[in-house]
Amino acid sequence: MEKRFMTGNEAIAEAAIQAGCKHFFGYPITPQSEIPEYMSKRLPEIGGVYLQAESEVAAINMLFGAAGAGGRVMTSSSSPGISLMQEGISYLAGAELPCVIVNIMRGGPGLGGIQPSQSDYFQATKGGGHGDYHLLVLAPHTVQEAVSLTMEAFYLADKYRNPVMVLGDGYLGQMMEPVKFEKATTHGELPTKEWILTGAKDRPPRVIKSLYLDPEALEKHNLRINRKIHEMIKSEVRVETYLVEDAEIVIAAFGTVARIAKTAIKALREKGVKVGLVRPITVFPFPYKTFEEITERVGKVLVVEMNLGQMLEDVRLGVCGKAEIRFYGRTGGMVPTYDEIAIEVEKFARERR
Amino acid sequence: MQIELEKIFERPRTLRPVTTHYCPGCGHGIVARLLAETIDELGIRERTVGIAPVGCSVLLYNYLDVDMYEAAHGRAPAVATGCKRVNPKLVVFSYQGDGDFASIGTAEAVHVAARGEKITTIFINNAVYGMTGGQMAPTTLEGQKTTTSPLGRNLDQTGYPIRMAELLTTLDGAAYIARVSVNNPKSIIQAKKAIRKAFETQIRGLGYSMVEILSQCPTAWHLSPIEATKWVEEKMKPYYPLGEFKTPEEG
Ligand code: SF4
Repeated sequence: MEKRFMTGNEAIAEAAIQAGCKHFFGYPITPQSEIPEYMSKRLPEIGGVYLQAESEVAAINMLFGAAGAGGRVMTSSSSPGISLMQEGISYLAGAELPCVIVNIMRGGPGLGGIQPSQSDYFQATKGGGHGDYHLLVLAPHTVQEAVSLTMEAFYLADKYRNPVMVLGDGYLGQMMEPVKFEKATTHGELPTKEWILTGAKDRPPRVIKSLYLDPEALEKHNLRINRKIHEMIKSEVRVETYLVEDAEIVIAAFGTVARIAKTAIKALREKGVKVGLVRPITVFPFPYKTFEEITERVGKVLVVEMNLGQMLEDVRLGVCGKAEIRFYGRTGGMVPTYDEIAIEVEKFARERR
Repeated sequence: MQIELEKIFERPRTLRPVTTHYCPGCGHGIVARLLAETIDELGIRERTVGIAPVGCSVLLYNYLDVDMYEAAHGRAPAVATGCKRVNPKLVVFSYQGDGDFASIGTAEAVHVAARGEKITTIFINNAVYGMTGGQMAPTTLEGQKTTTSPLGRNLDQTGYPIRMAELLTTLDGAAYIARVSVNNPKSIIQAKKAIRKAFETQIRGLGYSMVEILSQCPTAWHLSPIEATKWVEEKMKPYYPLGEFKTPEEG
């Protein structure tokens, strides 16, 4: 298969189209504007619709309408824009509408900056909007992986009738790499959408809503959503372990940082430091088990993030006191270099338990 | 001997045989009926999708026998847009109150019209927040007492009531804009005509259409149903003049 040289943002957009996305609603924001730009050119070519909304608030609600009408739909934004979408994301989850939301994170809080960051981890994995729900969150670390996970995201959204987020950062969005577009062969059959609004012809009317005024009914509804979340936890956890077999210390990192960590690990291994990597690919559901298992034999875990310690909390839950944990984070758009990470590993390795 | 009686009046097919939760004398119930009649007459029930707002009419999906969404507060025009763009064959309408359309959702309201989105908005203006218990609305009149303007709306402090019909008329994407009322039989007949024209504008693909309906809210106005119809006539109509502001023929 032919490889194409593309930025992460363009590759995500093309992957979405190849996954059957025909409707995109969005609002420009750095560092992800190449996604709407690409969509505005490509979607009309395939008979789809690109629509620039008046705001992220409107864009996410257009997704609500479009998903409810049965479209395969996507939006993309970056941190401040994703904050604006939280209301709509909560409604999408409440109404069980499938859609894909791409967050190419930049530094915050507030307007923050436009350089890469991972500081929306909490927002992405713990809810973000109001109410009892979770997004399924996929965190690619290369452009190629961004392609496969974006395609996967549409399948998972339909499978669970739940919004799925692709969580990248400005680095991944802007970086160019050769990529292949291959459809996954592992996807099962999806049920026909018996709930979409097409006009009440030869059937009783359907309603798409998240309102249940009777608390008993709302509890029942929420428990049903929760069962889907538990099904995701059971079936969808994805994690990469890298050189952990003989490791005495492991780095825990996701996305771009994990990729930089791999370079650090190669350099460290040449020097004889036995270090490996645990890289959550799904940050929700989080691979707690992998951390549980690995800390049976590894005593030290270094968490590295482009934030001030967010995934760190999940790693702590997984490790559950069985290993020493250290944290190294850069924030505000600063990207840790591989030698910074290597220095932290060596420092930690020298520490006595 | 059996007498054959001709049926000359019945419940519209699109109006479900259920009791609404609206207060006695409320205008919402009348509008629901007009909508149902229009949908029946145009023969579009099986391809109509409605969007209910947040407010007194949040349960509209229980009254109309069509596919419906329940949208977030103010976002119905965006939801309508998403739906229509996926399936342009549908007839899509949003049903919104004054808090929804003229306050929290003004950005969506202005832009759906600016885009000339081929949807229809039924905008209920009763100059008050009914469902939350009678607070000041963006359309509350000068001097009108509400629970958050207890001494009467003071324009110095709160600014001026918004005339949505006039505002949207300035936008090129808006094809049909009218203001009607439902406070007496004659007005109701005119309201029905406007609703029908709005839907026809959409079906003919001419652009965005909106009907603003001055509607009585006896409960939050603390008036009897009869007094409420007079209040529409005497207080609301001078500030919110009725009429067709824009029709497709005039461009
Ligand atoms: S509060 Fe007013 S608008 Fe709401 S149902 Fe009662 S009369 Fe109608």
